Amino acid sequence: MQASTLLIKASNLQRFYGSNAAVKGVDLELKAGEVLGLLGPNGAGKSTILQMLAGTLASHAGTIRIGDIDLKEHPLEARRQIGYLPETPPLYRDMTIREYLVFCGKLHGMKGKTLTDAVGLAIDNCELGRLQKRLIANLSKGYQQRTGIAQAILHRPPLIILDEPTVGLDPLQLEQIRGLIRELGKEHGIILSTHILQEVDAVCERVQIINHGETVLNESLESLRARGQSLENFFNQQLTSKPETNHA
Amino acid sequence: MLNIGLSEFQRLFRTPLAWVLLALVQLILAYLFLVQVENYISTIQPQIIANQAPYGVTDLVLTQLFTYAGLLMLAIMPLLTMRSFAEERQNQTLTLLRAAPISATQIVLGKYLALELLVLVLISMISLMPLSLLLGTSLDIGQLLSAILGLFLLLSSFAAAGLFLSSLTKQTMMAALLGFAFLLILGLLYFAGTRAEQPSDLLLYLSHFGHYQSFLSGIINSTDVIYYLLFITVFLVLTIRKLDNERLG
Repeated sequence: MQASTLLIKASNLQRFYGSNAAVKGVDLELKAGEVLGLLGPNGAGKSTILQMLAGTLASHAGTIRIGDIDLKEHPLEARRQIGYLPETPPLYRDMTIREYLVFCGKLHGMKGKTLTDAVGLAIDNCELGRLQKRLIANLSKGYQQRTGIAQAILHRPPLIILDEPTVGLDPLQLEQIRGLIRELGKEHGIILSTHILQEVDAVCERVQIINHGETVLNESLESLRARGQSLENFFNQQLTSKPETNHA
Repeated sequence: MLNIGLSEFQRLFRTPLAWVLLALVQLILAYLFLVQVENYISTIQPQIIANQAPYGVTDLVLTQLFTYAGLLMLAIMPLLTMRSFAEERQNQTLTLLRAAPISATQIVLGKYLALELLVLVLISMISLMPLSLLLGTSLDIGQLLSAILGLFLLLSSFAAAGLFLSSLTKQTMMAALLGFAFLLILGLLYFAGTRAEQPSDLLLYLSHFGHYQSFLSGIINSTDVIYYLLFITVFLVLTIRKLDNERLG
């Protein structure tokens, strides 16, 4: 595998909150056209890892390369390649969906027809057409989540980072969003975090399980199936077994 | 940067807060203005005519109005600046700006631009009052322009300080409170500096109002202009630093 096809190459990421290590030496790679699921229990450090990859939080150690760009050296160029949906969708409640997406597009330097087209496409993708003139404050949680996703895919970035994208969706929406992620995953590199096993099964090609800030498994679903190892068993084992090497 | 500024400015006017504050400022100042004009016509004008004094309506009414405006804005500006970053943080929307390919400098300048636009709206509304006197009398336009420039610089410096304090906290009320306390202390320095016994040039220099006064009497002193520009720059740079540091956490 050549280095240039890697969308993300992060090595030895570390992050501390006070003296408490939230992420201790995680390596992560993502190829274009791959959907990676970051799986782990609550508080495992998933969000912290994603924040570091999105460039909103600096890592205390380790390097991150987005494509050929070093995130620390050229943060603006690197961030141009990324669409990021944080855990809480960053929505301005007093804007309508369309206004909000136009604002986001401008933040990414789009204008004119490109901007209008991109906003239209993102609205279609997330099926927000009917509601585009509604204030975000008046939307249900599911639609707010979708608006957040629309924001992340608006500028068609090569790399899309979704932090728990399906929280608060009803089963029908869930299926739609998963379909959308699979669709996007054909062209874009997607990394999403979740603590729901079925979600990984449904949309991801590769899974990286994080527990206590460390990678405990990094394998494609195919090879897992080939080994006859069920994800569920492994996950439950990991969760129930006390980590022996917990020097936090 | 322009995008953030204009969008922020628009959003400011979607909340009742901006409208209510603008209306209140206008109401209070209009009342004070009327009192001044009334006072001028009934008691001061006869005295001036009797003594052949070299004052006019501009000196008395205008100076008073703009002094009141400056004092009133001390309490109002923190309420307008408090949202800037505190609310973004509360709603976790700051992440959106931080993840976008724009620098902290652009974010801060964009926010500041929105506040400056608001300041311009405020000032144009306040300036209409003395301008209305043109219907019945002549004004010293030069002095009026100087006072307007002075008020603009004063309010811009309030805005810069408020922006910084807003970037420090998550709660908008806290931001407003800090802003008010800070501006009040700077205001108090002026009174401390002009005490009859032991007047202090240093305190006067540090205070906002010391520099504001000369604009009102029609003197545009480069020292005063530089004071305000320095003040604004310092707080904007501090805000940018604060945002950058947050990434490092």
